[in-house]
Amino acid sequence: MSTPLTLADDAEHMDHPTGLLRWLTATNHKDIGTLYLFFSFTMFLVGGTMALIIRAELFQPGLQIVQPELFNELTSLHGLIMLFGAFMPAFVGFANWQIPMMIGAPDMAFPRLNNFSFWLLPPAAMLLVSSFFVPGGATAAGWTLYPPLSVQMGPGMDMAIFAIHILGVSSIIGSINIITTILNMRAPGMTLMKMPMFVWGWLVTAYMLILVMPVLAGAVTMLLTDRHFGTHFFNAAGGGDPVMFQHIFWFFGHPEVYILILPGFGIISEVIPAFARKPLFGYRSMVFAMCAIGLISCLVWAHHMFTVGMPVAGQLWFMYASLLVAVPTGVKVFNWTATMWKGSLSFETPMLFAVGFIFVFVMGGVTGVILAIAPVDIQMQDTYYVVAHFHYVMVAGSLFAMFAGAYYWLPKWTGHMYDETLGRWHFWLSMIFFNLTFFVMHFLGLAGMPRRIPDYPLQFADFNMIASIGAFGFGLTQLLFLYIVIKCIRGGEKAPAKVWDGATGLEWTLPSPPPHHTFETPPVIA
Amino acid sequence: MMTSDLAKLMMVASLALPGIAIANGEAKFGFQTPQTPVAHQIYDLHLIVLGIGVAIALVVFLFMFYAILRHRRSLGHQASQFSDNKALTIVWTAIPLLIVVGMAFPATRTVVAMKNTSSPDMTVKVTGYQWKWRYDYLGENVSFYSDLSTPRDQIENRAQKGENYLLEVDNPLVVPVGKKVRILVTANDVIHSWWVPAFGVKQDAIPGFVRDSWFEVDTPGIYRGQCAELCGKEHGFMPIVVEALPEEQYKTWLAEQRTKNKVVAAAASAAAEKTYTLDELKTEGEKVYGRNCVACHQANGQGVPGAFPALAHGPITTGPIAGHVDIVMNGSKKNPAMAAWKGQLSDIELAAVITYERNAFGNTMGDMVQPKEIAAAAK
Repeated sequence: MSTPLTLADDAEHMDHPTGLLRWLTATNHKDIGTLYLFFSFTMFLVGGTMALIIRAELFQPGLQIVQPELFNELTSLHGLIMLFGAFMPAFVGFANWQIPMMIGAPDMAFPRLNNFSFWLLPPAAMLLVSSFFVPGGATAAGWTLYPPLSVQMGPGMDMAIFAIHILGVSSIIGSINIITTILNMRAPGMTLMKMPMFVWGWLVTAYMLILVMPVLAGAVTMLLTDRHFGTHFFNAAGGGDPVMFQHIFWFFGHPEVYILILPGFGIISEVIPAFARKPLFGYRSMVFAMCAIGLISCLVWAHHMFTVGMPVAGQLWFMYASLLVAVPTGVKVFNWTATMWKGSLSFETPMLFAVGFIFVFVMGGVTGVILAIAPVDIQMQDTYYVVAHFHYVMVAGSLFAMFAGAYYWLPKWTGHMYDETLGRWHFWLSMIFFNLTFFVMHFLGLAGMPRRIPDYPLQFADFNMIASIGAFGFGLTQLLFLYIVIKCIRGGEKAPAKVWDGATGLEWTLPSPPPHHTFETPPVIA
Repeated sequence: MMTSDLAKLMMVASLALPGIAIANGEAKFGFQTPQTPVAHQIYDLHLIVLGIGVAIALVVFLFMFYAILRHRRSLGHQASQFSDNKALTIVWTAIPLLIVVGMAFPATRTVVAMKNTSSPDMTVKVTGYQWKWRYDYLGENVSFYSDLSTPRDQIENRAQKGENYLLEVDNPLVVPVGKKVRILVTANDVIHSWWVPAFGVKQDAIPGFVRDSWFEVDTPGIYRGQCAELCGKEHGFMPIVVEALPEEQYKTWLAEQRTKNKVVAAAASAAAEKTYTLDELKTEGEKVYGRNCVACHQANGQGVPGAFPALAHGPITTGPIAGHVDIVMNGSKKNPAMAAWKGQLSDIELAAVITYERNAFGNTMGDMVQPKEIAAAAK
């Protein structure tokens, strides 16, 4: 027998469980956002610890701390955990907290699915981390899992494959939820071209995730059947081709790079106007640039494979297409600069991280253009130059964008102001140690140091030592961030509804912290 | 030669800027000194693109830092509220587009040059193994393996590290200068990558496929590189060393190799006929083990739990000898990390190492296998 929904039923929603059950059964977008963010920060520390063991081994030439096999396991898992465990879930955390508040929706479209997509993550993370302790250890084939090397691995490889499957399911569910929310639950009057840039960034990202995650799942499944069920997808002896794996993998892998940066672009496009006290320059071109980047990024994958020996036509196509990505990316950088131009700028921590983002992202962008030139790339492929480049884009790009977003919205989320002095320390220490770690890696790569090696010739010794010192400084600095966040949750100056005087957007119409349920009656956008 | 002039211009321009020491020709901050026509092109190309990139970045930073310094609220600067400018947007879409198109032209020329492996003066087949290289001089009847020669003691910090630590091999690839050398690159087990930075050559070695590349060395010398594709445990320990000799010296070297090969072959076939004592096989086997097996199965035969099985009291080393011979010669179906050593080691080496493994690490089987039996098993 069915009863019509009444207000009394609705009131029952308010009576949500507390304690552990609150989190296990969470369907509220704010709770789930919090879960995502804490989970991802935990994984960030786990992946970061691995990076520090790697840097400790590379502090001096010779083998001191870890043996080559474990070293390879650490580099592989550092990559997998940072990408799938830390960065992707962190952006989903931002999406959960912010998208409903920014579009004036009461919650995500599928709250229970939302719960499911989060709770898929811990088992996947446990599979990855515990694979160190099975016979043979974790996969040591690099995060790219190239066969035939990955076929040689022990059961740790299968655990990584299953973890990727689970994480992929979580990403796809999350993306469907985000797309549905954005397309169907915007407040009346909020047309697509009035949406905040962060929401746009996530809309494009979610479509890309749905496009490429199944491709990755296919690639690792083929790897699994090659390993155990006698197929020969990637085995030349059976008519397969190891290079085919690379094509399939990078068809996922390259868009993945933009999946990890587009929501960050969105955050930067929110923060800069707020602290310039000036509207975002060229909103329409920003949206078009984002869509163009999403589209072109699906057509450039083999620029990761210039050394496999592609025909001339293949090399040229992938070189030209890769160079083309620079155009819309450039537009975004120019627009941010133009937004700052003639503004009334102030430099609270979110703005520091946003400007820092532009600074380091432009450097990563320049090395990106250099790497797009096929002949130059062939010289730099699989060297520390590439390591420097993608850390400039990932750490300094995505991570600094997330820090900007975290400081920007933390007062809204917690109802308290964070400690501004400590925030500034966090920025400056991160910025200095980041560059100390990764800038010298350009020189190592140019001079000929391959990546993924546990020991190196003597001429690389001094820069490696500098990089290791920087890495430890950078790693320890991130504990300061944890302290700042906890301090902010526990107390601090009361935050007003509109935390930043230049901020615009629906989230600032809500009290800080926002009540558990918001926008039950949609606001109307003029 | 326009590219080269442009490159010099860029080099001067970027050297004038602080912190852009990258354009310096020293290997410390930039590419190693190029030694082949292709490497020269890559070197110049890099300087051009770097120069353009740095220039654009500086323009962006100039505007950004001007705004940061002047357009501050703390200076009382009022925000103007402009939010779009169609002309400006078109300009900064079109100009980068033209710049990348401009970059693509010289790059295309180099891509075509790198791929032009036609009419070589000589061809060497390069095969990657876990973890060494093999060179076959096609049509010359000269082939050999090239293995890391840095002693284990230096790697494990028990001895002072030498000048060419991790960049030295027992048998370097020897080529003549001024000749177009084509390399056919493939691999035996997993993907490796043959890379000599000074030559501008990096070619992945893909098992089951043959890819080619080429180089023509300008000046005699010894050039060093490393494997550039993660290929397992000893990936950091399989360097590439190329010795470029004047043509006359190269011919002498080639002739020496042929004689040496004949002597070695004669000795090997004589050795294969002989019957050995257990001690002779064990002594020889210990050396073979140290060169080929120790990286995985360890000096004490304990292996690495989970990854590489222990040989001490192992089911194969203390089981029937036929099974032991089979796995060493043909590799393991269960664990692809165990290579097939049939082609890589001679009959006497195989016989010796198998005998050694059955009578070392506390194994006391007391049995042995003769090279003749290995030859029979290979048939």
